[in-house]
Amino acid sequence: MTLPGSSQPQAAPIAGSGDVLLEVRNLAKNFAAREVLRHISLEIASGEFLTLLGESGSGKTTLLRLIAGFEQPSSGEIWMSGERLDTLPPYKRRVNTVFQSYALFPHLTVEENVGYGLQVSGAAKPEIPGRVTEALQMVKMQEFATSRPAKLSGGQQQRVALARALVNRPKLLLLDEPLSALDANLRKQMQGELKSLQRELRITFLFVTHDQDEAMALSDRIALLKDGGLEQVASPREIYARPATSYTARFIGQTNLLRAEIVDGVARCGSLCWNATPSNGAALFSLRPESIHLSPDGAVPAGAVRFRAVVRQQIFSGSSEHLELDLSGQSLRVRIPARGPLSGEQEFWFSPADAVAVRK
Amino acid sequence: MPWRSANDIEMYSRAYKWIVSTPPILWVGIFLLLPYALMFAHSFWLVRDGTIVHEWNLENYAKLFQNPVYLEVLFRTMRMAAGVTLLSLLLGYPLAYYMSFHTGHSKDLLYQLVIVPLWVSYLVRGYAWKTILGSEGILNGFLEYLHVTSAPVSFFLYSPFAVVLMLTHIYTPFVFLPLYASLEHIPRNLVEASHDLGAGSRATFLRVILPLSLPGLLAGATFAFVLTLGDFLAPLLVGGPSSIMIANIVQSLFGTAYDWPLGAAISVCILLLTISLLVLTERLENRWSFR
Repeated sequence: MTLPGSSQPQAAPIAGSGDVLLEVRNLAKNFAAREVLRHISLEIASGEFLTLLGESGSGKTTLLRLIAGFEQPSSGEIWMSGERLDTLPPYKRRVNTVFQSYALFPHLTVEENVGYGLQVSGAAKPEIPGRVTEALQMVKMQEFATSRPAKLSGGQQQRVALARALVNRPKLLLLDEPLSALDANLRKQMQGELKSLQRELRITFLFVTHDQDEAMALSDRIALLKDGGLEQVASPREIYARPATSYTARFIGQTNLLRAEIVDGVARCGSLCWNATPSNGAALFSLRPESIHLSPDGAVPAGAVRFRAVVRQQIFSGSSEHLELDLSGQSLRVRIPARGPLSGEQEFWFSPADAVAVRK
Repeated sequence: MPWRSANDIEMYSRAYKWIVSTPPILWVGIFLLLPYALMFAHSFWLVRDGTIVHEWNLENYAKLFQNPVYLEVLFRTMRMAAGVTLLSLLLGYPLAYYMSFHTGHSKDLLYQLVIVPLWVSYLVRGYAWKTILGSEGILNGFLEYLHVTSAPVSFFLYSPFAVVLMLTHIYTPFVFLPLYASLEHIPRNLVEASHDLGAGSRATFLRVILPLSLPGLLAGATFAFVLTLGDFLAPLLVGGPSSIMIANIVQSLFGTAYDWPLGAAISVCILLLTISLLVLTERLENRWSFR
């Protein structure tokens, strides 16, 4: 499907399980004179776990709020299963939200909170208690059914918020940094539970986070936002291995950015040179620290780019060593399997295929 | 000054506590507890031949419950207080709700506009109502101009209606303030969550906003009710004989009638009524606040 007016050259193929559930077309949002979202187009497949990743102010939460219906777009459209969504009020959208601060109703018990959506949307009365119990079992909170939210810990409130959003059986669940208020251990545990819950229920998740590790661990695809625009949309593996821009390469994982000059298919950066496809002129390459290898005996595979560099710093971190190399003035970060201390000038190599050309 | 021993510190802190706590204790004792005690004592004394006799008895209380006038006036006062409370809530709640949820930049200005009347003297506002409601007043003139009425309508002024109207005007800001504060304290994401879960504006108001504003509503209602219960100026200014309130009776008993013991007995009854009301609302408020 082609998107009218799509300004995103890297419209990635949809991962998930098939049909397009949600389609964002050329969506823009201004607050006064400030452009918060700049004409974003995005498709989400049914059953997919898609993460909106970005720094604060990148527009990820605004995009979520537009889909939930808490904000009105300045231009553009949102469609869900062939139905125009952005013209509907939030209470008519089959979309539910897990809020960053949970937003549990303080005057209602846990079960009343979870049953709220069923009550107001006119679900059959006798059906409600069963579905509430089911939802609470799903998040292992049935023993707290009659407690008030103020009596619960952050992690428990998080589970209740999840149950409350899932009980309505939404087609799409929006999660606005739901784990950011939890401590590190609990967050890891909740990540696992979220992922298995999503697989089990086969509900489409749209997850907002600023934490790239979280995004990598959970997502089928990651949509990286920067200054209100989509930087890249791809699976975690692809976005890591094939970053489209230098921003993506630096934001997701660590990298070395090599400024090279290409002449007739050969990239040259200082003393390094390798075969590259981009056309002539200046180019930027991303080279991951683990793509640079040490060659203690001087043997390297055929076609590799070899060079000698001074080890300026070495940090041991259990299974691996982090090196900082000085290659005639240019600094390079390297990660190699743990081996004894290194010093002085050493021989290294990398494969030209691992140097990925990125846009600025 | 260097401390020589732990004993010195203890001495100092004891003296300090004593110095700090004495003025408020004296204040409360002399200006609050002592007058209440005197009032309480008076209610058990009696007046004979124009002087107060310190003879303990329950006659004042007996009189209170035997003479139907007192109870009638008390019930009328409570009815009027309930009327003022209801009207102030009907005016104050929509105003507070609208200001809290639907005004942007004009919020502060509107807030000031609501508050400003509080700075205008009570008497001035009373006389203003006199000029509005009187037979030569603005309201009658306007109605005659429109040919709705042909002669001045007399029940506008010097009636319970006028008293309730004037007190509603005066106490609506008192109802508005706690209501507005409690509405402002409702996290807006609760409203979003309610919409998100499928509730329209009406359901969200009834199930989320109203319950969470109950403490403020209760505080405002208590203000209006208790203040009206003790008011005696409004009946004097705009009320007629049919709108005498309980405080007017107390005033005349302490004044021209010179029956302090009976006046004190009525005051004790009003005080007990007010205290039990405050205890009740405090309990309810505690039950309805969830933080």
